[in-house]
Amino acid sequence: MSGVSGKDKRLAELRARIPEIEPTEAVALQARGAHLIDVREADEIAQGSPPGALRLGRGFLELRVEDAVKDKDATVLVTCAGGVRSLFAAEALTQLGYTDVRSIKGGFNKWKNGGLPVEVPRSLTAEQRERYGRHLLMPEVGEKGQLRLLDSKVLLVGAGGLGSPVALYLAAAGVGTIGLIDFDVVDRSNLQRQIVHTDERVGTPKVESARKTLLALNPSIKVNIHETRLDSSNVEEIFAGYEVVVDGSDNFATRYLVNDACVKLRVPNVHGSIFRFEGQVSVFWPNYPKRRGPCYRCVYPEPPPPELAPSCAEAGVLGVLPGVVGLLEAVETVKVLLGIGDPLVGRLVHYDALPARFTELSLDPDPDCKYCREGAVFPGFVDYETFCTNPGVAP
Amino acid sequence: MSNVTVRIPTPLRSFVGGADEVAVSADTVAGVLVVLGERHRGLIERVCDANGKPRPFVNLYLGPKNIKALSGLDTALTDGDVLSIVPAVAGG
Repeated sequence: MSGVSGKDKRLAELRARIPEIEPTEAVALQARGAHLIDVREADEIAQGSPPGALRLGRGFLELRVEDAVKDKDATVLVTCAGGVRSLFAAEALTQLGYTDVRSIKGGFNKWKNGGLPVEVPRSLTAEQRERYGRHLLMPEVGEKGQLRLLDSKVLLVGAGGLGSPVALYLAAAGVGTIGLIDFDVVDRSNLQRQIVHTDERVGTPKVESARKTLLALNPSIKVNIHETRLDSSNVEEIFAGYEVVVDGSDNFATRYLVNDACVKLRVPNVHGSIFRFEGQVSVFWPNYPKRRGPCYRCVYPEPPPPELAPSCAEAGVLGVLPGVVGLLEAVETVKVLLGIGDPLVGRLVHYDALPARFTELSLDPDPDCKYCREGAVFPGFVDYETFCTNPGVAP
Repeated sequence: MSNVTVRIPTPLRSFVGGADEVAVSADTVAGVLVVLGERHRGLIERVCDANGKPRPFVNLYLGPKNIKALSGLDTALTDGDVLSIVPAVAGG
């Protein structure tokens, strides 16, 4: 019988090859840009972890590390509870091609006992891990992104054709707070396309009907309802506190209020609009950090007069169409919340269902826009309602 | 003269017999509008104001570019160009 176990022999080999550093040295290296990977299990990490650590877990380390640390020549520091698992993990990283991998002696226990900084990371509950499992598998979302969605607040203007699919998918995705504004009640003729409502709720307020459906789908989210008509006197108060506004309204008066309030509050306005067989989708966000985008008024400075506005009258719409357009709005909303991909800022997707044609058009900011130009003094909200119901007034 | 395709939005298709596209021969965007005005009664009044300028709720795109970012109504056309008339729609 040999006196040395296989594990001890293997550890001795690893210690000979993998540089080990003190926790204090790791803090200094991390401050200079080194990546710190905590390979402990989720339940251990829930008790505390070095701030800024990448919490990858030993089990999935090899599968996930290359998304988290792209530079193979970067300095990578590995920690675990006591400094043993980190040696095995460090070796695995060298086998993946990382050239400067070091293991932290004594692991997190020594780190914590040495009085070094510790943070208790927020994490998902077991139920949330199960529910959002398909998001967690994608590095673009992951636990961090899912927590971001759970913290986010999105206001949907209109609980109708566009609002229905947006609300359902954002609730399903775990957007933590969804605001709904609509003054209308469910009519049987809505049910051809407004899939958040049900036949038995005909005659009840749309916002209440929608809230029931959303909470049945995902009871953990919060649904704020605003059963009122949006106008210049309430728009700012209602919009306050939301980080994205999704426009699913059905009239120009509301669309201009939504735009003007979003410009004033510097909030992205995820726009969708439909007519019969065609739809338009864009993200109006002049303050988008990556490029200057236009607002709705840059593209359409004034609404049409009633006699030229088919949407002011009952024009008809293919029931499926708001599903397509609303879901493009929902996708853009999730992208904006997570800060991933390239949102439709300065671009408009036009969808024509009959020829099955998507066309992308480029939208430029208007340097003279009264609402969003550089240094503009906010000109005030306009209630176009009066104008829309009075065909005698020209634009 | 260039042979171009003009995409007609749903709200205006009743003026062109329901077609989603019409073929026009013209040298400039302004020329297209003249031809459309002659051929399809009532259409141009929806797109342009009394001075012949596109209305503030209608944009004209040559390919993906708004003609405002090109040479406006004087924008020259070449064979195969696609000019899209895109009005604001409000339905939801």
